[in-house]
Amino acid sequence: MRVYSYYPGCSLEGTAKEYDYSLRALAPLLGMQLVEIHDWSCCGSSAAHATSHRLALALAARNLNLAADMPGGARDILVPCAMCYNRLKVTSAELAADSGLRSAVESDLGDKWRGAAITAKALPEVLLGDIGVDAVAQAVVQPLEGLRVASYYGCLLVRPPEYTGFDDPESPKSMDELVRATGATPVDWPHKVECCGGGLSITNRELVAGLVADILGAARDAGADVIVTACPMCQANLDTRQGLAGKTRGTDFGLPVLYITQLLGLACGLSAASLSFQSHLVSVAPLLEKVRQLGRARQAAGGEGC
Amino acid sequence: MKALVLPASGAPGFAAEVSRLAGTDVQACYACGKCSAGCPVSASMDYQPHQIIRLVQLDQKDEVLSASAFWLCASCVTCSVRCPREVKLAQVMDALREISRRSGVAAGQPRIAAFYGSFLDLVRSGGRLHELGMTAMYKLRSRDLFGDIDLGVKLMLRGKLKLIPGRIKGRHHVAGIFRRVREHEAGEGGKR
Repeated sequence: MRVYSYYPGCSLEGTAKEYDYSLRALAPLLGMQLVEIHDWSCCGSSAAHATSHRLALALAARNLNLAADMPGGARDILVPCAMCYNRLKVTSAELAADSGLRSAVESDLGDKWRGAAITAKALPEVLLGDIGVDAVAQAVVQPLEGLRVASYYGCLLVRPPEYTGFDDPESPKSMDELVRATGATPVDWPHKVECCGGGLSITNRELVAGLVADILGAARDAGADVIVTACPMCQANLDTRQGLAGKTRGTDFGLPVLYITQLLGLACGLSAASLSFQSHLVSVAPLLEKVRQLGRARQAAGGEGC
Repeated sequence: MKALVLPASGAPGFAAEVSRLAGTDVQACYACGKCSAGCPVSASMDYQPHQIIRLVQLDQKDEVLSASAFWLCASCVTCSVRCPREVKLAQVMDALREISRRSGVAAGQPRIAAFYGSFLDLVRSGGRLHELGMTAMYKLRSRDLFGDIDLGVKLMLRGKLKLIPGRIKGRHHVAGIFRRVREHEAGEGGKR
């Protein structure tokens, strides 16, 4: 078992609860033990970095300090939310590079900076780099052969690369490799890292609907059955704005948007209930039916699989 | 999109202030426009990102702070990654929002400013973001009372909106962080 400090972030307590449920269910199957950081607080998200540099650093630094204080001494934090991951990475890097900022943040925290040895890691980074794609493939009991999957990375997992660094900022591959490990086919498509405007989803609906429609349209043109993501803002935005996006283009996209953990969980034999598919706005039922049909066809053909 | 008319004078020191706060040198920009070409929201902006940088270079503080462009920036960081002069434009947009807030000028996109303010108020009081509380506060501030009511109901029915905010033990520490940052900002404002 690899032990990680776990920083869920605020979204995973609410609109992204499927991500939390599916990750907690999947983790033991992949040899991961998650120990939630005691009394963690909000990373500050866009609202902090967009309005106060020092506030953004201090809010994130509080959580890196708490991770350093964890008994057991896991040095790596698994951060499933792309936004939280990005904020923790930026904060670690800026505080490591600038002693003036470090003392400013210590004064804002009213506390010493103790997070220098702590590393925040994104979920695809952990699954590929630590667990390994072979171990993921070995945990698969229900191969998803025949399913076409568009991996959508968005912004915060891959940009800026000097802080994130585990994947290419223009043509990332990490989630595609995980998709391949399930037996599904990752589609080649042009919108992997196009911004969906998630941060403006509440304030500028029409603008965002256009961005969402572009992304959904590109995934559909590539023949995708489903989009997978590792970002709560992207998932919420592509799911909740899909109706409005369809209206602007006179179409019904009908593209379910899953967390990568939900797709992996499905392939690893976790039940639909434990993966929380019922809480999506765009119905996942047709996708689950397709997975069942593909499984039956494979069995009828006498192929391997369970 | 506005035409950029180069002015005669500006607010001396503005470009330097933005460069310092953003941690990047705005004067390095040679206005190739690659940032604007790749920006997902540039079509909705009054000034294009490279025009904002040019105005900053020329110390055009009032013109810049009255623009909506930097409020609409979605913080996707595509511009910073692609800039051939390594200007960190996303950090410049953050710095402009910070300077705008601290100068007390009216935001070019009041709803976005109201969203950020509501978000941070909820974090300050509870230590974590309570999404439902934040949405309610945002709606009151922005007067966008009825938009997305149907969506809210759908999310509620799926158990995605927690009704009761969870409060952490460390919320007083978080509130203290806010207080100390604001005190520091007030002190800096006095020195200017």
